[in-house]
Amino acid sequence: MPRVLTPVVSGWFAGDGDDFHLVGTRCSACGSVFFPREDVFCRNPGCEGGDLTETPLSGTGRIWSYTDTRYQPPSPYVTSPELPWRPYALVAVELEAERIVVLGQAVPGVTVADLAVGMEMRVVPGVLHEDAHTTWTTWHWRPTGVAG
Amino acid sequence: MTDDVAVLGAGLHPWGKWGRGFVAYGTAAARAALLDAGVGWREVGSIVGAATVRGGYPGHVAGATFAKALGWQGARAASVYAACASGAQAINTARAQILAGIADVVLVVGADSAPRGFFRPADGDRPDDPDWLRFRVLGATNPTYFGLYARRRMAVHGDTADDFARVKVKNAAVGALNPNARYRKRLTVEEVEASAVVADPLRLLDICATSDGGAAVVLSSMEFARRHGAAAPVRIRSVSTVTPRFPNTVLDLPDIATDSAVAVEPSGETFRSSIARTAYEEAGIGPDDLSLAEVYDLSTALELQWYEDLGLCAEGEAAKLLRAGATTLGGRIPVNVSGGLSSFGEAVPAQAIAQVCELTWQLRGDAGDRQVAGARVGITANQGLFGHGSAVIAVR
Repeated sequence: MPRVLTPVVSGWFAGDGDDFHLVGTRCSACGSVFFPREDVFCRNPGCEGGDLTETPLSGTGRIWSYTDTRYQPPSPYVTSPELPWRPYALVAVELEAERIVVLGQAVPGVTVADLAVGMEMRVVPGVLHEDAHTTWTTWHWRPTGVAG
Repeated sequence: MTDDVAVLGAGLHPWGKWGRGFVAYGTAAARAALLDAGVGWREVGSIVGAATVRGGYPGHVAGATFAKALGWQGARAASVYAACASGAQAINTARAQILAGIADVVLVVGADSAPRGFFRPADGDRPDDPDWLRFRVLGATNPTYFGLYARRRMAVHGDTADDFARVKVKNAAVGALNPNARYRKRLTVEEVEASAVVADPLRLLDICATSDGGAAVVLSSMEFARRHGAAAPVRIRSVSTVTPRFPNTVLDLPDIATDSAVAVEPSGETFRSSIARTAYEEAGIGPDDLSLAEVYDLSTALELQWYEDLGLCAEGEAAKLLRAGATTLGGRIPVNVSGGLSSFGEAVPAQAIAQVCELTWQLRGDAGDRQVAGARVGITANQGLFGHGSAVIAVR
């Protein structure tokens, strides 16, 4: 039986292939954008508070900073005890239109040696981990100069 | 400006991995602080505990837990939690009680018993908890955030791995002189740079460990201090416990993203700078008046960041300040002469109190081999998860 694709958090990203994007919310009164999404109250202290509606975030941005995880993170991060630990890069990307920095894992195979502050990155669909029945999906950052 | 409160006594349980519960460390530190103050426990009208999330219910109600361990004597009790800033908030709670006339003498205690390895969230599925989410979705441990800040400094200010290693070497040299520190070995730049990378560009010896430890201070009104015979005690002149201002554009623990600045222009002052500015304004002093600073060096790179946030130098000039020896014992503005978190390892609720203990001993001239000559004014600085600023200014 094929595994069911399930987002690691529901409502944070949507779309397939080239249409994949992060999903935030925008306040109808002041225009502030929130990711992770705020669905109840606008957090701008100068705003009376408007409706918060879903908005797709820009697909590309530039690296604010980056690092990696040379040691296995503790739970609730899911790792396989049978497999050797493989570090992955974490990238904080600044989206120009929304003026927000969003953290994410780099696509597998991209290491800190491939990255630089200011480099352009694109958000792409990724797999966080798989278990018996589920493929847990997430977002990854990929350098725009690297083919998918 | 507010009125001063007196620091009558300070006490620590040495930092380490001792394998005991946090109550033992906190009680030992409290007894040491009372002894140092020359104040009997029954004279204490209020006890404030900095809470720990690692001790079960007793950890959450730390004030009452320590009161019971010291022997119930009817004192008021309060417990405060603000992650790494818990200790400063406990001190501020005590200070507010004294300034409001609610209590004359207040005992402040914080202690922790830390697990091995990375800090991690409590068990269970909690998708509404940002701390749980950053582990579940990204595996983003605390050191990865320190790595992000370090890499950002390298890109923006030109800091190098060598600069970071020199912070460690400086702190290890004074930590070696501190009997309460956990790590008491002098190190070389080569030894730091030979340690394993944990979160690029930071290595194991760039990152502070997690420790057991306990810290306590006895605070009182100036009037009580005079009656008690302390004519010129160390005084706490200000405590800053501010939160960030929207939009916060620096990615802070444990967040997955910053605020968006699309609708509101950022003020240009970072959260950490605002922590220090508030403390300076309340005390009516500035960075030029400081004799020493104890800053929260969760990583070597973060210590450099604090130099700028405290106004010890201009933005981007921290590595230069370090290399000039200004922040070394004997320099213009020594930073972390206790050895810092680098030599202690973090015992979360005790750490900000321990920073104030170091200021107290330094300002009294009781710091022995690591004494800053003629110390008159000191500041502590710290930032707790979830937007908790903390800075304390003490004078003599």
